[in-house]
Amino acid sequence: MNFETIIGLEVHVELKTGSKIFSPSPNAFGDEPNSNVNPIDLGYPGVLPVLNEEAVNFAMKAALALNCEIAADTKFDRKNYFYPDNPKAYQISQFDQPIGENGWIEIDVNGEKKRIGITRLHLEEDAGKLTHQDDGHSLVDFNRQGTPLIEIVSEPDMRSPEEAYAYLEKLKNIIQYTGVSDCKMEEGSLRCDANLSIRPIGQKEFGVKTELKNLNSFSFVQKGLEFEEKRQEKELLSGGEILQETRRYDEKTKETILMRVKEGSDDYRYFPEPDLVPLYIDDEWKARIRREIPELPDARKHRYIDELELPEYDAAVLTNSKEMSDFFEETIKNGADIKQASNWLMGDVSGYMNKHYKELNELSLTPEALAKMIKLIDDGTISSKIAKKVFAELVENGGEPEKIVKEKGLVQISDEGQLTEIITKVLDENEQSIIDYKNGKDRAIKYLVGQVMKATKGQANPPMVNKILQAEIDKR
Amino acid sequence: MSLFDHSIKQLEEMLHKKEISAEDLVDASYDRIHEVDDQVKAFLTLDEEHARSQAKQLDAAPDEDARLFGIPAGIKDNIVTKSLRTTCGSQFLKNFDDPLYNATVMEKLNTDKAVTVGKLNMDEFAMGSSNENSSFTPVRNPWNTDYVPGGSSGGAAASVAAGEVLFSLGSDTGGSIRQPASFSGVVGMKPTYGRVSRFGLVAFASSLDQIGPITRNVEDNARVLEIISGHDKMDSTSADVDVPSYADALTGDMKGMKIAVPKEYLSEGVAPEVKKAVQNALKVYELLGAEWEEVSLPHSKYAVATYYLLASSEASANLARFDGVRYGVRSEKADNMADMFTYSRSEGFGDEVKRRIMLGTFALSSGYYDAYYKKAQKVRTLIKQDFDSIFGNYDVVIGPTAPTPAFKIGEKIDDPLTMYANDILTIPVNLAGIPGISVPCGFSEEGLPIGLQIIGKPFDEGTVYRTAHAFEQATDHHTKRPQLGGAK
Amino acid sequence: MADISKDQVKHVAGLARLAITEDEADMFADHLSSIIEYAEQLNELGTENVEPTTHVLDLKNVLRKDDPKEWISKEEALKNAPDKQDGYFRVPSILE
Repeated sequence: MNFETIIGLEVHVELKTGSKIFSPSPNAFGDEPNSNVNPIDLGYPGVLPVLNEEAVNFAMKAALALNCEIAADTKFDRKNYFYPDNPKAYQISQFDQPIGENGWIEIDVNGEKKRIGITRLHLEEDAGKLTHQDDGHSLVDFNRQGTPLIEIVSEPDMRSPEEAYAYLEKLKNIIQYTGVSDCKMEEGSLRCDANLSIRPIGQKEFGVKTELKNLNSFSFVQKGLEFEEKRQEKELLSGGEILQETRRYDEKTKETILMRVKEGSDDYRYFPEPDLVPLYIDDEWKARIRREIPELPDARKHRYIDELELPEYDAAVLTNSKEMSDFFEETIKNGADIKQASNWLMGDVSGYMNKHYKELNELSLTPEALAKMIKLIDDGTISSKIAKKVFAELVENGGEPEKIVKEKGLVQISDEGQLTEIITKVLDENEQSIIDYKNGKDRAIKYLVGQVMKATKGQANPPMVNKILQAEIDKR
Repeated sequence: MSLFDHSIKQLEEMLHKKEISAEDLVDASYDRIHEVDDQVKAFLTLDEEHARSQAKQLDAAPDEDARLFGIPAGIKDNIVTKSLRTTCGSQFLKNFDDPLYNATVMEKLNTDKAVTVGKLNMDEFAMGSSNENSSFTPVRNPWNTDYVPGGSSGGAAASVAAGEVLFSLGSDTGGSIRQPASFSGVVGMKPTYGRVSRFGLVAFASSLDQIGPITRNVEDNARVLEIISGHDKMDSTSADVDVPSYADALTGDMKGMKIAVPKEYLSEGVAPEVKKAVQNALKVYELLGAEWEEVSLPHSKYAVATYYLLASSEASANLARFDGVRYGVRSEKADNMADMFTYSRSEGFGDEVKRRIMLGTFALSSGYYDAYYKKAQKVRTLIKQDFDSIFGNYDVVIGPTAPTPAFKIGEKIDDPLTMYANDILTIPVNLAGIPGISVPCGFSEEGLPIGLQIIGKPFDEGTVYRTAHAFEQATDHHTKRPQLGGAK
Repeated sequence: MADISKDQVKHVAGLARLAITEDEADMFADHLSSIIEYAEQLNELGTENVEPTTHVLDLKNVLRKDDPKEWISKEEALKNAPDKQDGYFRVPSILE
């Protein structure tokens, strides 16, 4: 029997506002425990929430970027559940009137484009953080409590773990472009739960789905789903049945492991939050936020192809991350040749990042420096070969390319008299090579060029070396 | 003569003329508390050392702009006070010695330099109509200590009635200021929803709760409300509506005033002596030049059911934060997470609180939400519309505050429904979000006070005060004093 | 006829994290049944076309500017905690 896989994803994204969604505490990551909290975050008796306007703006921006319709009338609800990291024992969330609905994004898997629907995007508050110790106690830090969060629920439109991966990459990319979140999975500013079910091909009804939680990277999402897909298939083929379960992906064993079987649905007793008044989003507000949305990855990619005349491959790679794309734009804005800038970023820069597991913003290289370096190549000050040395210095320690070139004596030798002198000396010392060359051994000239480069520590201007060398050999 | 036979305005004049000092007032307050509070049990916590040193400081730096300069006040124990224990009458918070911040109303009282002498007893988490649900000790009615003072602001009403403080702040979710004011023979105002900031009021039912003053006379009441009212950025449901001078509203002029008297408010459930007192009051208004007519508030009889569903639902969520993690008393039996929640809550809450949490949890639970919670929200709309249509033609609505005078301690405690029915005349006002006051309008045969309820349009506390004041000045009910501890 | 069973009472108590004894379950079943029965009178009213009231005031869009403010210290945050460790609130773990 052949099965079809159905995947839906729930993604939580923390918004990087200055203060929390319902309290003025700073919204920051990585501070000492319980240092960014106030009585509101701690759910003290008598405190009240007041909505942060920027959180609404950010949520709306994300929703618009994901092609959602924005609700004119929206509101907040209480979602009731007890947990030590949930200080009021209710989370302020949005139940039946989410800020955004009916969105979509386009993914590209193996050259095939597909639209994945977004059911809803709603605004809510994040909870604190519970750390389990092995002494029978857990520790609670409420710094994260009240961080504005958007929950983005996809339609069950994905048909393979690969599509799920592509969806997450695209979603992250779009949200990063809007600037409302860093979307750093390792810091928890993007979190993902995945639902997967399978059904015999041709069957209309969905199968029973399992939910995967605690997925710490996009590739674990994909791997977890791949395992789950096979597990369910095996289960059904052996006559078993799929239970509505919550499972987690174990990174070591590469398996999904049962956390709990769901009995019915949780009873969260949602009701309208009486401490907050309704939110009305008029056309003007919506239009203002829409105007603030920067160019998104797909638009940028098309511009790169159409206006910058970059190959589609370059355009896709560069726009795949906002950071890379912004870096590229800055570089060409500083006068670098477009294609060269693209080559350097896709080549040496990406290579360095991958090798050292670093993000662009962690490098000492700036777009200004990269542009200057490219210009130095263009005007013949340095050779491409020397540029690699300059780049190595720039990426590790930063600095001014001209200064590096000067201080390290890397300036290209383009003086005809000086080069002729060096070449004459090289030819004098290698008479056999001249004879070889004249006897038709072309490789001999490469050897001679190499000797000139050696003598100049690689600083000789290659086209000029070729030209003078040829002329000098001809003279002999 | 007790200092407390003067109005706040008179005392302020005496203070500014140096005829008395803030210390004198604070001394008088504590003297009275030490004399009678063993009988009344109005206070849960006294802040004597701090209050006395504050009074000394005030005397050293007179301030004629401070409108409550040196005036001793009691605060219901569900209003959060920085560095001063706030228990909400609950064992769960018996060790909540420093709530870290002040309620907005406390900041306002501090700005006008009132002196907080202590925190007042109440039904646990404001759930009750008799103060028998205080987890510490029931408050007693100063007019007869065998009787309840009303609730849930029983301590707030009794402390003023007993002459322990000049004024108190209470809270009113379904009648919790007005009903104890009625039972204790004092003046209690529940302002329009949104008039006074709820920031720092420990929530019972967020869409119904309001803080309001309890005083011995209408003038004092108007003065205190004016000070504690106003828009607060910390409360999203606080209204950005100007606060007029309520003192200026006390003109005594009732000519042409149109009063609506709902027939439902004088129906069978209302005790004859209460009915009579209200009818007498209407005669007073006639003499003052007002007109009154009988009207109908047809959905009144649904108010109690509506209220208990909505208030309990909101309460079930509001009281969920008492989980033993961040403050309050954690159960000794908290060996694992589930037990920490369950035992801390079970040991910390009394029966009435548990009953309402369960009712509310049930009304919100899957499968019952539409039938109970949402239904009640819709009936709330109808109840509000009843008032809207009356106020198209009348200035105020008048009736009794409670169907009976105070009842005996223990009389109704085992029958929740009978107890709840006691709030039938005050609850509709909370559901509609409009202002209502209770002023003394007579005494029962047993010598227990009866209260007259005057209900106004949203944000029209001025007219409510004018109406209450005119009646008060035309009668002498407010001059009577309980014979507690043989004072006077 | 509304009748809340003892089992329902126990379920609701569980949702609300309240431990109740058998006797209390009986008492609450009794009380809640009578309250809910009383509440059934609301069904006398047709309310299909009535909007529910969540707020009596017609307020909308009450918003705060995104200005971060410090308020209490981390020592104060933990001041009332029943149990704490190294700057954290401490709770018993979930029973596995």
